[in-house]
Amino acid sequence: MDRKIDHIKEELKSGKITRREFAQRLMVLGIAGASAGTLLTWADQAQAAPKRGGRLRAGIAHGSTTDSLDPATYENGFMGKINYAIHNHLGEVDHTGAMAPELAESWEPQNGAKTWVFNLRKGVEFHNGKTLDADDVIASFQHHMGETKSPAKSLLKQVSSIKKDGKYKVVFELSGGNADFPFVASDYHIAIKQAWDGGKISPNDGIGTGPYVLKDMEMGVRFFGTRNPNYFKPDRGWFNELEMLSIVDPTARSNALTTGEVDVIDRVDLKTAHLLARKSGIKVEETTGTKHYTFPMRTDTAPFDDNNVRLALKHAVNREEIVEKVLFGHGVVGNDHPIAPSNPFHAATLPQRKYDPDKARFYAKKAGGIKVKLSAADAAFPGAVDAAVLYKEHAAAAGIEIEVVREPSDGYWSNVWMKKPWGACYWGGRPTEDWMFSTAYMGGASWNDTFWQNDRFDKLLIEARAETNQNKRREMYYEMQEIVRDKGGVVVPMFANYVFGTSDKIAHGTMAGNWDLDGEKFHERWWYS
Amino acid sequence: MTHIFKIIAQRIALGFLTLFVISLLITFGVELLPGDLAEAILGQGATPETVKVFRTELGLDKPAHLRYLSWLGGMVTGDMGVSLANRREISELIGLRLSNTIFLGGFAASIAVPLALFLGILAALYRNTLYDRLVNTFTLTSISFPEFFVAYILILFFAIKLGWFPGISNVSTDLSLGDKLYRTLLPAATLTLVVVAHMMRMTRAAIINLLASPYIEMARLKGIRPMRIIMRHALPNALAPIVNVIALNLAYLVVGVVIVEVVFVYPGLGQLMVDSVSKRDIPVVQACSMIFASVYILLNLSADIISIVTNPRLLHPR
Repeated sequence: MDRKIDHIKEELKSGKITRREFAQRLMVLGIAGASAGTLLTWADQAQAAPKRGGRLRAGIAHGSTTDSLDPATYENGFMGKINYAIHNHLGEVDHTGAMAPELAESWEPQNGAKTWVFNLRKGVEFHNGKTLDADDVIASFQHHMGETKSPAKSLLKQVSSIKKDGKYKVVFELSGGNADFPFVASDYHIAIKQAWDGGKISPNDGIGTGPYVLKDMEMGVRFFGTRNPNYFKPDRGWFNELEMLSIVDPTARSNALTTGEVDVIDRVDLKTAHLLARKSGIKVEETTGTKHYTFPMRTDTAPFDDNNVRLALKHAVNREEIVEKVLFGHGVVGNDHPIAPSNPFHAATLPQRKYDPDKARFYAKKAGGIKVKLSAADAAFPGAVDAAVLYKEHAAAAGIEIEVVREPSDGYWSNVWMKKPWGACYWGGRPTEDWMFSTAYMGGASWNDTFWQNDRFDKLLIEARAETNQNKRREMYYEMQEIVRDKGGVVVPMFANYVFGTSDKIAHGTMAGNWDLDGEKFHERWWYS
Repeated sequence: MTHIFKIIAQRIALGFLTLFVISLLITFGVELLPGDLAEAILGQGATPETVKVFRTELGLDKPAHLRYLSWLGGMVTGDMGVSLANRREISELIGLRLSNTIFLGGFAASIAVPLALFLGILAALYRNTLYDRLVNTFTLTSISFPEFFVAYILILFFAIKLGWFPGISNVSTDLSLGDKLYRTLLPAATLTLVVVAHMMRMTRAAIINLLASPYIEMARLKGIRPMRIIMRHALPNALAPIVNVIALNLAYLVVGVVIVEVVFVYPGLGQLMVDSVSKRDIPVVQACSMIFASVYILLNLSADIISIVTNPRLLHPR
């Protein structure tokens, strides 16, 4: 029986029979009910197998004339998507949130995760025909180390040396053990580029090993590329051509999708997402990733240096209502720590903090009354000002007085964030706990926007980093999430979904949630059905 | 005739002085804004260390007046410099954007100016009739709405409901002229609706103003047809104010269209300037503002010259 089923499956796959004939034959074989349903679902998927061809046109919410191709300056979604179109990295985050090999075929930790050996894939070609080897990888890393403007610099501080071992092996020596180093080494900034004479990469050459070859680029306007004929992944990069337009205005972006000028848009305007989804020929999809919106308090500044004040404010916000009204339901509530449900060691057993005006009042009383200012601008995250105003209303019910200060969006990151005692902020999030905590919660970290320092937390962080026993690591990360939740300086009301619109001609597999649009790799992973 | 050349030379010299003052104002205006390019580009990723390296790389560690002087030195010799953000030649960066802006402005003007004159003359001819009222109401309505609203209304009907035109004006260099005109018709129509009222009403008012003059009454008594009175006798004398208003509106079509550019995703100069201001890319801001200022000065100059040339009293002063 099974062999017969396999046979007709094969026939369907190769296109010898249609779905209708497939169903008829199942009936002939006497298969009905649930098992037939499963087989038919399988049939639909098999027929939707990826196809090559077409020009993918995308409208992207970012992009500015001041963008540059230098990987050290990538800071917005337009350059992020170009990055993944023309470059590859050592590894990539797959749809399960795990690190999968990309330009490195495999890697192994040695010496308590202090030494990492990366085995490079052989025979990978850059767009100009040069074959990738260890020198290219080393030069690409060095672009972000030493005297550099690259934000990846602080990540790579732990690397004490990079050496090659033969043409296809790169050995990293770290100053301390780090079990998550493959994630760090695959940071989006560290695009693998060609080493030119002199052992340096040419950061603006636009040449990589990626699925699309850059043909035409007008910063802040348009990217145009054609499929890399020698792409090393046989099952990726389905479109013949890729065109991305920078469409910053949300209404213009929706218009472009509804009038068929583009096939994909990111950052659907949440207020009108339900209307867009109603339009025929258009799908609105979302993924939950690590992106979260926060209200960081400076724990080195009064009154936020008092944990009672912090606890009072953490109990004084109705997270569900903010998710409902600011995200229009496109997100999940946060639990006052930055670890997302999609992170591997997310503490799902940690009780969810609830809106509790009585508890808030209790802590506020202990702190001797609370009257604070909350700085917000929509530069922090879309809807930040609305969220702050809602927060103010929730807190008022507990007798806590919050004055919302509307700050200018222009210059928000240099003048308000980490400067004002309490403000709004967003984090794209990080694929691993260690990365997220080391970036913004370790005492003295350069983006520690709460200026928070906890000895137990810092100790656990270092220990967990080098720990290779997964169960022990899980326990440590659970405890750390609890410490941040109860003692930290951050209110995390919500994790925001990535919401995007596509034409119904676009098909895709299970999507990754680490970034917008399938981990910013929609152009490589999707296809025309 | 030497008189007019003297005026032109004077005006051009004054124009250069204006440009110089504007460049000073812009530089120090942008300097007053909080933050600089290094911080703006690195955004959330700006740490003191990375910002310092970036500043040194860009030369932003030098004081503002030295940077201004070196920019001025380059500008005088015709070198606009490079963009701080992506090290591209500004002349190259601006070239395409400027031609796009001029294309759209020119397209809109070629519809708006004849249309405004035509409607204005007819309104003067049939003043206080139903036609006059209708034209006035319609043009005043369209000028009263904000541009983005007019643009969205046009998109709603012509792109989404009817599907006649694309919802965004994605123009790339390889398009034919016809395609380009087709793709920019909606933004050009938006601009037309926004500027037509001003020019139309000035045409109407200037002509009506003259119609009360004795020589027009004379012409009418001689039995000349009203249309001919307006075209031959009133219009030439009314040209000066009309030309001035047209020049102002033409300048607006070049320098004031950033909102229409954003709504239609049209890659023009306004967008470039807004991006550059928000990222504090001073050389690009300077170059754009020099271009915008020159457009204003040149258009005003031509308006003045045309009004002098068409007015014998000004052309041959005693």
